[in-house]
Amino acid sequence: MKPYRSMVLVSSDTKSLESGAQDVFRNLQEQTRALGIADEISLSMVGDVGRHDAVPLVIVYPEAVIYGPVKPGDVQRIVEEHLYKGRVVPELQASSRELSGRIAWLSARKGTLPAENRIVLERAGIIDPTNIEDYLLHNGYEALGKVLSEMTPAQVIDEVKASGLRGRGGAGFPTGMKWGFVAKAEGAKKYVVCNADESEPGTFKDRVVLEGDPHSIIEAMLIAAYAVGASEGYIYVRGEYVLAQERLRTAIHQAEEMGFLGDNIFGSGFSFHLHVHSGAGAYICGEETALIESIEGKRGEPRSRPPYPTTNGLWGMPTLVNNVETLANIPPILRKGAAWYKAIGTPSSPGTKVYTIMGHVNVTGLIEVPMGITLREVIAIYAKGMKPGRTFKLAQTGGSSGSIIPASLQDTPMDFDSFAKAGVALGSGALLICDEDTCVVDLAKVLVNFFRVESCGKCTPCRIGNQRAYTLLTNIANGVGKLEDLEELRTLNDSLTQLSNCGLGQTAGTPLRDVLNHFRAEVEAHIRLKVCPSGVCPMSGHKN
Amino acid sequence: MDKVKSLEDLKRIREEALKKRQAKNVSGQKEIVVGMGTVGIAAGARQTLKAILEYIEEHNLTDIVVRQTGNIGLDSMEPIVQVSLGEGEKVTYGKVTPEIARQIMAEHVVGGSVVKAFVVQS
Repeated sequence: MKPYRSMVLVSSDTKSLESGAQDVFRNLQEQTRALGIADEISLSMVGDVGRHDAVPLVIVYPEAVIYGPVKPGDVQRIVEEHLYKGRVVPELQASSRELSGRIAWLSARKGTLPAENRIVLERAGIIDPTNIEDYLLHNGYEALGKVLSEMTPAQVIDEVKASGLRGRGGAGFPTGMKWGFVAKAEGAKKYVVCNADESEPGTFKDRVVLEGDPHSIIEAMLIAAYAVGASEGYIYVRGEYVLAQERLRTAIHQAEEMGFLGDNIFGSGFSFHLHVHSGAGAYICGEETALIESIEGKRGEPRSRPPYPTTNGLWGMPTLVNNVETLANIPPILRKGAAWYKAIGTPSSPGTKVYTIMGHVNVTGLIEVPMGITLREVIAIYAKGMKPGRTFKLAQTGGSSGSIIPASLQDTPMDFDSFAKAGVALGSGALLICDEDTCVVDLAKVLVNFFRVESCGKCTPCRIGNQRAYTLLTNIANGVGKLEDLEELRTLNDSLTQLSNCGLGQTAGTPLRDVLNHFRAEVEAHIRLKVCPSGVCPMSGHKN
Repeated sequence: MDKVKSLEDLKRIREEALKKRQAKNVSGQKEIVVGMGTVGIAAGARQTLKAILEYIEEHNLTDIVVRQTGNIGLDSMEPIVQVSLGEGEKVTYGKVTPEIARQIMAEHVVGGSVVKAFVVQS
């Protein structure tokens, strides 16, 4: 799929539909096809954009020009003049008063293109994952061939560094830097491990890549292995992903048969062997050192760090651990160059991000968009708005360890730095969109319970802290909470974040912090008024 | 297939595969692609696929390739079936139950006219 140069949105609220939005959309499809520009332009019906007096609206990005009301007969001019020749048609533009109010966000993002740009998911849902020929037809193993025959390992690492790619597992660590650490480390043998233990609730982006495009991960791991000097690799796949494991095994077998895996690959003298390792259902094994312990056959508990896996990883040897989505970015970067990649997304977080959309919205599923688009855009354009009559209250990003994003932050660009500045985390890319019927106390309780159950128990803050936080939240939900509890919850968040041994405990306090920072009034209502404003919590301990 | 020993080998293999595929498209080969990721399967893609294969068998149709693919991202529209006839444009259908699959087979794959009601609009 080519990246789009323009994105066209057609409003599709009830009034727009009555006024012929469907015909406008169909004409757009036909006209762009007739001019041969259909594959350069992304057409999309968007939900209610908040204006109903000049509908149907046609919005063209990146210029952020808003046309309306557009009749089916006007479409030809818009397509020929604006989309084909690049000239705005002022007569058809909505009058400026239409640009106030809720619709203002559409023009506020002038110059950006919120259209889907599939790099990681380029082949998923297009090719046959069980047929290596299909992968080869879609530029498969081309990056590997280029790397092995034309580049030195140091050049590969420099290219990845120059691309600015950051780890997509949630923390956003610069990938090229990690590769550099492993390349520099001394060891009799080195390993590359793909972390495919995708266990964050609601995240399934890695599964889609593993099931739909398994060869891309194999190719990326080969490139990584060449760059850091590794000769063996493991893909640690979540135990529940049976289909993904099956397809990976098939793909590995095919790659071995064709000589992409094994000894002397591409006649370069470079050898690499790859294994699939199944997890057994523990969330903690997504933490890289616990994952390594698990591959070694030990109990999945995190190691103390330092030393880091980059120097003392699998079997004590230097080990590179990368997430599936991170790896899937590698072959395109080496095929098209770091400069191409750097131009997508935002300067500090280049590239795209895959999001899984769930919750109280009209359309759920999976999208891959440039870094830096906003939550509001995701909801309006890709999720086609909230369910009828519902209001957006909060979004939970990145499974349990992500943040609870209040509606006030829905215009913050979604990239690592903007989110960090706003005090929230991007996490793994799951977007659970919740409406006003969601109670934050109940949500926090569910999240903390998850950590309470999944904590491995090795370190005290995580083992006892999560248990205590759960007890306090349960009390609040039952109407027997005290105001002092809120201070204790804040202290628990601090202890978890600062004293826990690994990433699980360090992020377990996030829901507590977000709830106290953004929704304190709602929590206090549970305590002071003994009322759950959303009518969710049982309040069973409170006698009237 | 032979082992790939160099970048030239890779290019040659790809060109051969491409030629093979283009020849099929020019000869008007019909292709039906069913989304068989976890989401698709959970939504009933296996039954849909079975219905398509049964239809082909019942009607002794030839020159049709049925293949699977992963999840394309339109989870709420699963099971997804994509149909392309020869060099024509690919049409994407959503929420394809076995009954709808049979209708698509009869009207689109055999009859040549797109079943508009079930086409996924972006």
